[in-house]
Amino acid sequence: MLEAEGISVSFGGVHAIQDLSFKVEKGEIFSIMGPNGAGKTTVFNLISRFYDVDEGRIAFEGEDITKVSPHAIARKGIARTFQNVELFEHETVLKNLLIAQHIHKKTSVLTEFLFTPKVRKQEIAFRRKAEDVIDLLHLQNYRETTVDSLPFGIRKIVEIGRALCMDPKLLLLDEPSSGLNPEESEDLSFWIEDINEDLGITIVMVEHDMNLIGQVSNRVLAMADGKELTTGNPEEVRVHPDVVDAYLGT
Amino acid sequence: MRFVLKTNYGRDIDIFKHRAHAAWYIVLIGLLIIAPLFLDVFYETQLTELFIWAIAGAGLMLLVGYTGLVSLGHVAFMALGAYIHAILYSRGWPLVLSIPASAIMTGGIGVLIGVASLRMTGIYLAIATLAFAMIVEKVLAHWPALTGGHSGFRVDDPTLFGLSLDSSTAYYYTCLTVLLFVFLAVINLLRSPTGRSFIAVRDSEISAQALGVNLLRTKTLAFALSAALTGLAGALYAHRIGFLFPDAFTIMTSIMLLMLVVVGGLGSLHGVVFGAFFITIVPQIIAIVRDWLPTELVQRGGLEPLTFGAVLILFLVFEPLGFYGRWVKVRLFFSQFPLYRKKTFLRQKSYLKTERVH
Repeated sequence: MLEAEGISVSFGGVHAIQDLSFKVEKGEIFSIMGPNGAGKTTVFNLISRFYDVDEGRIAFEGEDITKVSPHAIARKGIARTFQNVELFEHETVLKNLLIAQHIHKKTSVLTEFLFTPKVRKQEIAFRRKAEDVIDLLHLQNYRETTVDSLPFGIRKIVEIGRALCMDPKLLLLDEPSSGLNPEESEDLSFWIEDINEDLGITIVMVEHDMNLIGQVSNRVLAMADGKELTTGNPEEVRVHPDVVDAYLGT
Repeated sequence: MRFVLKTNYGRDIDIFKHRAHAAWYIVLIGLLIIAPLFLDVFYETQLTELFIWAIAGAGLMLLVGYTGLVSLGHVAFMALGAYIHAILYSRGWPLVLSIPASAIMTGGIGVLIGVASLRMTGIYLAIATLAFAMIVEKVLAHWPALTGGHSGFRVDDPTLFGLSLDSSTAYYYTCLTVLLFVFLAVINLLRSPTGRSFIAVRDSEISAQALGVNLLRTKTLAFALSAALTGLAGALYAHRIGFLFPDAFTIMTSIMLLMLVVVGGLGSLHGVVFGAFFITIVPQIIAIVRDWLPTELVQRGGLEPLTFGAVLILFLVFEPLGFYGRWVKVRLFFSQFPLYRKKTFLRQKSYLKTERVH
């Protein structure tokens, strides 16, 4: 589904990613792990097209996306969350979920000025979708709360909800469990499984928490200093000598 | 306290949240309609001016309050709207065509300026738009064949389908009608996907992009709509002052408009009305207070900019959400009386937000 072939990127003299290749199959949960500065988030930023790759190519569903503009990525069916949460802070949770359906809009500015019945119908359809996501993630209590008054844990969940509102085929989760307490982390692992199984969304996640990775992911890519260490199932990767080295040092 | 029972999603989409809400606005509009019957000409023209400022303010609010872009050049759009309308009108275009035409053309110029300058943000955008305003001012002054240059341009009296709108009452109703339509259109836009994409760009460009919002397109659209509405206000203003000359549109007007949106309350249409009220009433108050001040102070001039500046600073420090923010608090106080908690609006510490890409 998602395929990276020999991608490299450097910022000035820093080689953030060097000759990295991986392949994500449709329907799986694929994790990327590695110590700080390994280049995990950079991989996401390359897929989202916030950065340009220097070499190599990234393909999504067989289509080369290395030259697509960043806002067109969403339309291909790729949604993402951010490590430090990038919600629309001055708006309510509901509004955030509605904004996320931008790519599905079929009305023009002119009809919106007049608020024609078509616009109203579309608004109601958007609202239904938002309510489905609210039900799935138990956000009923926060519907009308503005994001800047929500605790961090809830914000992370809202951000996942916002990504789901796009109806994506592929979901990129950047450290979904960071900043969550153990209980919230556990809820999260169930949700990730639900999203994957019930909604049929392929998931790629960057994660530190080995427990979470072990619980949900099918395969893990371990990286350090911008290079691949190994790829395999969570148990193998956890005990792989290079991975142990990278985390504990030699 | 009022709890509205919502039984369908339409209730959240409707403009008015409940009957009493709608009733208040009907009362307000009704009062505005009958106002000319008992107001004298002075107050009537002041209200007309307020309507014109509110239209321009709605334009700037879309840009500053909803899209998060700043412009110090909006006076240029107002001037362009005024001149384009006056010129077309003097060449025999009917009012119903020349006013929309001036708004559309001003919007078109807004697109050009937007495409050229919207890769910039913050202070750089402010400077670019300021430069644009200066260029427009110079062009208006140095193109006498078209604009009359410094000797000015007389605006013909407004007539609509053979009906003269020249009396202050007729013009009052004209501006009120346009204002109501503008507000309805803007409210509609803001409860539609396009309006929400403006807000997305304001709050987080990076996630707006990740959600599929085309940044440049959205910003340019906001800029164009903003310019068009300000141009529309300019066209109405042309008849209000009756005689156009470049010095009627100085940078001071841009700053007044910016004042209007900030003091009114960023990100709210109520704020536009409060702000317009504020900038029409302050010069009148100054005119009254002037009589009591020592003559040396009065003759020195600059009293008006000084007052505006001081008020702006006070608002930024004590009530960043402007009059609208204050209004929300007062309303909550009464709706929860006597259970109002003082800390409700205590500003919360927010998480550190950095500029880097996450």
